[in-house]
Amino acid sequence: MTEAERHTYDVVVVGAGGAGLRAAIEARAQGMRTAVICKSLFGKAHTVMAEGGIAASMGNVNAGDNWKVHFRDTMRGGKFLNNWRMAELHAQEAPDRVWELETWGALFDRTKEGRISQRNFGGHEYPRLAHVGDRTGLELIRTLQQKIVSLQQEDEREFGDFEARLKVFQECTVTRVLTEPGGGSPEGGPAAGASPGGGARVSGVFGYARESGRFFVVEAPAVVLATGGIGKSFKVTSNSWEYTGDGHALALLAGASLINMEFVQFHPTGMVWPPSVKGILVTESVRGDGGVLRNSENKRFMFDYVPDVFKNQYAQSEEEADGWYTDPEKHRRPPELLPRDEVARAINSEVKAGRGSPHGGVFLDVSTRMPAEEIKRRLPSMHHQFKELADVDITAEPMEVGPTCHYVMGGVDVEPDTAAARGVTGLYAAGEVAGGMHGSNRLGGNSLSDLLVFGRRAGLHAATYVTSLADARPSILPQQVDAAAAEALSPFHVPEADGAAGTLPENPYSVHQRLQQTMNDLVGIIRRAEEMGEALERLAKLRQEAVRAGVEGHRQFNPGWHLALDLRNMLLVSECVARAALERSESRGGHTRDDYPEMDRRWRRVNLVCDLAGTADAASGQISLTRRENPPIRPDLLALFEQGELLKYLTDEELAQ
Amino acid sequence: MSYTAHFRVWRGDDKSGELRDFDVEVNEGEVVLDIIHRLQATQASDLAVRWNCKAGKCGSCSAEVNGRPRLMCMTRMSVFDESETITVAPMRAFPVVRDLVTDVSFNYTKAREIPSFAPPAGVAPGEYRMMQEDVGRSQEFRKCIECFLCQNTCHVVRDHEENKPVFAGPRFLMRIAELDMHPLDAAEERGLDRKRSAQEEHGLGYCNITKCCTEVCPEHIKITDNALIPLKERAADRKYDPLVWLGNKIRRREG
Amino acid sequence: MATGTQIQPDPDSSADDVEPQRASPAPTRGGIHTQGRAAIPDKHLRTDRWWLAPLVTALGLLAFIVYSTWRAFANGDYYAAPYVSPFYSPCLAANCVDMQGGADWQLLGDWWKLSPALIILIFPLGFRLTCYYYRKAYYRSFWASPPACAVAEPHGGYTGETRFPLILQNIHRYFFYFAIVVAGILTFDAVLAFRDADGEWGHMGLGTLVLWANIALIWAYTVSCHSCRHIVGGRLKHFSKHPVRYRLWGWVGRLNERHMLLAWSSLVSVAVADLYVYLLASGAFDDPRFF
Repeated sequence: MTEAERHTYDVVVVGAGGAGLRAAIEARAQGMRTAVICKSLFGKAHTVMAEGGIAASMGNVNAGDNWKVHFRDTMRGGKFLNNWRMAELHAQEAPDRVWELETWGALFDRTKEGRISQRNFGGHEYPRLAHVGDRTGLELIRTLQQKIVSLQQEDEREFGDFEARLKVFQECTVTRVLTEPGGGSPEGGPAAGASPGGGARVSGVFGYARESGRFFVVEAPAVVLATGGIGKSFKVTSNSWEYTGDGHALALLAGASLINMEFVQFHPTGMVWPPSVKGILVTESVRGDGGVLRNSENKRFMFDYVPDVFKNQYAQSEEEADGWYTDPEKHRRPPELLPRDEVARAINSEVKAGRGSPHGGVFLDVSTRMPAEEIKRRLPSMHHQFKELADVDITAEPMEVGPTCHYVMGGVDVEPDTAAARGVTGLYAAGEVAGGMHGSNRLGGNSLSDLLVFGRRAGLHAATYVTSLADARPSILPQQVDAAAAEALSPFHVPEADGAAGTLPENPYSVHQRLQQTMNDLVGIIRRAEEMGEALERLAKLRQEAVRAGVEGHRQFNPGWHLALDLRNMLLVSECVARAALERSESRGGHTRDDYPEMDRRWRRVNLVCDLAGTADAASGQISLTRRENPPIRPDLLALFEQGELLKYLTDEELAQ
Repeated sequence: MSYTAHFRVWRGDDKSGELRDFDVEVNEGEVVLDIIHRLQATQASDLAVRWNCKAGKCGSCSAEVNGRPRLMCMTRMSVFDESETITVAPMRAFPVVRDLVTDVSFNYTKAREIPSFAPPAGVAPGEYRMMQEDVGRSQEFRKCIECFLCQNTCHVVRDHEENKPVFAGPRFLMRIAELDMHPLDAAEERGLDRKRSAQEEHGLGYCNITKCCTEVCPEHIKITDNALIPLKERAADRKYDPLVWLGNKIRRREG
Repeated sequence: MATGTQIQPDPDSSADDVEPQRASPAPTRGGIHTQGRAAIPDKHLRTDRWWLAPLVTALGLLAFIVYSTWRAFANGDYYAAPYVSPFYSPCLAANCVDMQGGADWQLLGDWWKLSPALIILIFPLGFRLTCYYYRKAYYRSFWASPPACAVAEPHGGYTGETRFPLILQNIHRYFFYFAIVVAGILTFDAVLAFRDADGEWGHMGLGTLVLWANIALIWAYTVSCHSCRHIVGGRLKHFSKHPVRYRLWGWVGRLNERHMLLAWSSLVSVAVADLYVYLLASGAFDDPRFF
């Protein structure tokens, strides 16, 4: 039997970003012995990258704001594909989640009255984003981290051990969520309905410590996935290396489903030069504060890209657009402030038409729009970022920007109230890894609030479920551990290519680069049926290559090995994205089809669901795709919208009801 | 545009190791971390390095480049001559795990020793009122990305391993300052004197304000001037002010 | 793996598995050569001229020490009416020259036979010795503790400012209070420099300018002191309840950012002011008179 360190906990949280830490805090508060497992050091999760703020309708700046307005904005942003119940809970609970952070020591920027200041952001009707300059994500993660430390200090006082009830396993990767067959919910348990399929139930996780390469098993009846997104499957991304779709893949492999995987948000303005920082975000406020987009012919090209539906809201001339910054009442908005998807598409077209900047982007210029001092005052971090990373002084010259993969709206199919994954009892998902909440497109600021609201719910309901189990806990079989260990060690034992003499093992780094190139080129921001067909073929080939991805050296902190193992996850989620994107023959939010450029109301009722195919051979694909009806929106929530607006989104039959 | 640079990268573990020579391609606009990644992808697939955001926001890729503690993702290659040999070593104040990865658990241990924020009694969530000018000082310290470069470069522990148990290091003394300046921190009401404990329990007196922490901070936090010295002054209020001392003697409280 | 803990050794030692058994410990050496840290023999890997700053600092401070020691013990050529050297003001012993209504207060009586400068110089010396900037400067340049960032220091042990005598650095604020008094007196001297050699008001010469430049820098240095910043507002928890002190704290803070610059320029100006008076008093040249 495999040597693996054994631990037993009540709740295991995979991922230590905002959602994971919030879930862990809640589970621990409910009395659970809780473990957090994360790939990076504690406190380094990708949440630190969030800049803008946390959307919560506290109404500190405009008293007209309330959860209903926030709900409405969220649904509009997601083009009504959102799981309405998640959007409702999110809008209702976000203010409490923000206020609670203050009691844990968070220091947001303040209003004159000493309340939490809130800022405007795209798609939000009122100033709504609680923020700390442009480092809100850092504040969030640090506050949660310090709350965890304070809980550990309490435990130390009580039990003499900091880690008595809450332990962080840092720099550890989970490769398998282990289950035992025969799930269904415990009798009378509060999680009833969590697993309608009555499939498997969670018994723990298997993973390895990155530092030592040693394996470990944590026995636990409840696992919360909070692993974030999938951006590292794309070449140009604002996401960090951790974003390899681990939670998505773990859920699939455990028997859960993913939904909405075709919706990937491309942020229009990422850095394109130098190569080392390609993809890093250039915040939306650059355009909000007056920055304009120009092509290589020095033309403000966005005027050519205002779609008909927006013609009335956006300026037609530069004079009119420039007037908006000082007098928004009498002028229409500049077209640079169109929704993210429109701007990203326009930049893409300009570059393809050969009017791009030297490094394959377009120019974003504030230097001719504002005095240098004002730029430094209003955009300090952007000034710093370009100065330090690109040696570009944005007060004197334009930036080069292009679209970058930013966020995946799709994710684990969960019960909205409990964050329980459908199909696997005891499995929960929160944050970017969970699907449904944001529909086809996420609004800025809704991500951080999503982490807090559903992180807490996942931790709470995981705890409730574990309590209901009493002693009837699932167990882990030795052969499950052996199988997981063999899988994890396979990159060290790549078999000689059968027959093909002399073939060397694949270099995992090159396989990864080819995968990123494939997804970027063929399932990127603008999609076509033929290209996605080709992508699926290439993915099949890459899967075979990934099996042969071999590494040298030993298990102690070996990044080649880690990458070889992450490839499995990236290939799974990439196939989900490609298959779902090929299936959805319309354009909506974060999914743009060149061959189906219009939004189709009938598609609003459809969620595409990805499952692990029963018979998985590398060539035919590992994912099966099914359509499922999107549940109808509750009438009182529909009543928040005007009939005229609903006409654009809902089918006639739905409206008739 | 491209050229071949000469690198010396430390490879080894906690028992032995050496600076290994590499010739590696460098392209325009790259940073040291890019070159390390290129080494991984082409010459040393098992070269261990910690990194994450690659934008100077997470503080993972701390190392010593030409002997200076830096974030590798924020060290542009253009600051070096093309003929220059670039030496990359792990942080030298912490035990090494492998190659450029060090065991930074010292910092997590210290983090736990600092008493947490004490919320004020009787103030409900949502009722917190703080003025911007009152939170400004602590906000500067909360910019900290915990790269631990200050902890690494501080000679108190870098050059004196034996001081590790008694010295929290600049990052965590700054944390004490942050909490002591937090407008709603109620530690005092609960009998915790952060100023005094900074000196008595967390080794504030070991700091000789030679400012290396400030020099290496990638967030440009004025650690020494805005956190450590004010904290020293606050400790002096408590401990070295004869008037205060006399006052305490006269109305000495039991316990 | 876990925060703050080490995992147990794993008995499994297959080919591709983890580390071999720990070798016998190398001889224990301290600091960066501590067992377990990256085994790099060099005391530092810096390639820049890191030694330049401490060297220049040391030379600058030494030059001042030599000059000021000579002048403090010289006990002469410190008054050239209407100017008094800042080294000799206030003059508290009976053996001072008559300063025509200046700060020659003779409080100590006539038992003091040494240079009167020695009495008063203790205060500015103490102020600068315990100053947070000068501490950095001499800890680095004289005691190599550390010589520069990430350059190993040569000492076997280190207790910083936790013990006698360095724990006395904590009394910096009292020297600050004295420094204010001294600066006040030097301001008085500068005002008196608007008299002529006979005590008539309405004079101004180059020496007046020198004294005023000096006192301006002395004030700027004194007020930019970290203790001053603490006292005027830094010690407060709620700035919003003390708007005046908050504003003062902001001003002092802005000066404080230039504390190093002010420390050096006031050090130079005080020496120059003394030298100027010395040159006048010793008859090297006459004070150019503006009016």
